[in-house]
Amino acid sequence: MGAATETFYSVIRRQGITRRSFHKFCSLTATSLGLGPLAASRIANALETKPRVPVIWMHGLECTCCSESFIRSAHPLVKDAVLSMISLDYDDTIMAAAGHQAEAILEETRAKHKGQYILAVEGNPPLNEGGMFCIDGGKPFVEKLKMMAEDAMAIIAWGACASWGCVQAAKPNPTQATPIDKVITNKPIIKVPGCPPIAEVMTGVVTFITTFGKLPELDRQGRPKMFYSQRIHDKCYRRPHFDAGQFVEEWDDEAARKGYCLYKMGCKGPTTYNACSTVRWNGGVSFPIQSGHGCIGCSEDGFWDKGSFYDRLTSIKQFGIEKNADQIGMVAAGAVGAAVAAHAAVTAVKRLATKREDADHNS
Amino acid sequence: MMDAIAPASDGRPDLAAIAADASGERAVGRPTVYVYEAPVRICHWVNAFSILVLMVTGYFIGSPLPTVAGEASDHFVMGYIRFAHFAAGQVLAVFFLTRILWAFVGNHHSRQIFYIPVHRKQFWKKVLHEIRWYAFLEREPKMYVGHNPLAQTAMFTGFTLFVAFMIVTGFALYSEGMGIDSWQYKLFGWVFAIWPNSQDVHTWHHLGMWALVVFVTVHIYAAIREDIMSRQSIISSMISGERQFRD
Repeated sequence: MGAATETFYSVIRRQGITRRSFHKFCSLTATSLGLGPLAASRIANALETKPRVPVIWMHGLECTCCSESFIRSAHPLVKDAVLSMISLDYDDTIMAAAGHQAEAILEETRAKHKGQYILAVEGNPPLNEGGMFCIDGGKPFVEKLKMMAEDAMAIIAWGACASWGCVQAAKPNPTQATPIDKVITNKPIIKVPGCPPIAEVMTGVVTFITTFGKLPELDRQGRPKMFYSQRIHDKCYRRPHFDAGQFVEEWDDEAARKGYCLYKMGCKGPTTYNACSTVRWNGGVSFPIQSGHGCIGCSEDGFWDKGSFYDRLTSIKQFGIEKNADQIGMVAAGAVGAAVAAHAAVTAVKRLATKREDADHNS
Repeated sequence: MMDAIAPASDGRPDLAAIAADASGERAVGRPTVYVYEAPVRICHWVNAFSILVLMVTGYFIGSPLPTVAGEASDHFVMGYIRFAHFAAGQVLAVFFLTRILWAFVGNHHSRQIFYIPVHRKQFWKKVLHEIRWYAFLEREPKMYVGHNPLAQTAMFTGFTLFVAFMIVTGFALYSEGMGIDSWQYKLFGWVFAIWPNSQDVHTWHHLGMWALVVFVTVHIYAAIREDIMSRQSIISSMISGERQFRD
């Protein structure tokens, strides 16, 4: 693990990368992070002088789709991120070591890089039954998480699992799967939600942290502003059809073939903060809406519990019924309208009766 | 505060003495009180119109009109609907704020819709009387210069609270389009601390619309009914500002 003291620059030079290519990479990274031209030389300087940041990557209750996404990053290539930029000291899914040998690395990193390593967490700890629903190395995952979080510089919460809970936290959440920020409260946590997050967003976040030695600017919910400050809808290439009022009314209709807006098909683009409509997926090839399917809002809190992915209005599950705001509202308004009409009728009848009574009384 | 007209010793309002009787031939001046000052009336009608526009456009934002044919560049249907919604929302916000400010300046009736005197026993007794009146258990209505206690409760909840909720959630949703550096987000972004997924804010904003539909229904019905039944002007009062008692 002596490699952790090496710099990024010395590692890639040893791998045969020219200084020219190195500077090209720095410029490209600065551009993809949306930084100014001067940032390229700052990145180069940082990568030449700073020791590589040790990263511990742990897996809780999850499906490994974050790792699957991560390893497909094109800018920068994940091989550069994992083998050169950071010192990935532990990742039980892709590391060579196993068993006691692997677990020993955790202790070693904790002791050697106290307060300096990044803890990247994929998945979340289930808390029910003392955490017994996710056992890792003979211990509940929650214990391992707390132990490694203790001495970490910061924590990256990868994906919807670590950020919000995701499908394993869906009602009634039998294992009590809990997002990282509800378990670890005394460390800076950066949420990189998505199911999975975009590969370039993941490597972009890693690059930023290794370059500047700090977390990027976060929004109110702990997400990096540079990737999560706008909704899919704000930068969607189908937005002109939305503004014009041109919608896909049902799957496979003429409008769907013409690529109209998927708003009526329940697209969650208007409520989802992510970079899909700009960065896109698989090296910028496409993203769900471009493939003709609405956004399901996978980077949003509770997206798994908000009813159908294909409804515009959210289902409200109360009193054992499943209706949307319009259906509930119309029933309420209808009931009140009927009550008002009935009340008016009774009032009129009463008034007539009273008048007659008064007339009788007077005569 | 409640301005109940004190009944005379015989149990009938004094006003009866000076007003014409049901089949009255005498021409008499009817007692009139100035209740709603001009800013209150202007705010009322501007808010009413804004709310109407907001409800219609808001409904069509949630359930858009059928697709229009042709090139996207030839149309701006959703754009105009959303523009009308946002414009009416800003107007409502401004006049709602004006109305709050006027509560500090205006007469004591202008403050009535901003509080409920929960601690006063008398108030709840009178609310009960109004409920009994609406349940046809009371023969004679009580007369009030301003809102009756039940109406005050309804106005505070159905108008002040609901509209404030709609303005706050509305601006929070609007801030999403304006961006996280906008003043709208700085002022109202905290809504997303309560509901991290803006889908929930949309749903609550939508339910709020229906709550206002219910309020408006009851509000208009009660105004028409009491105009007839309580022998005092209600509807014309919001135009002239004067409340006339006929008995």
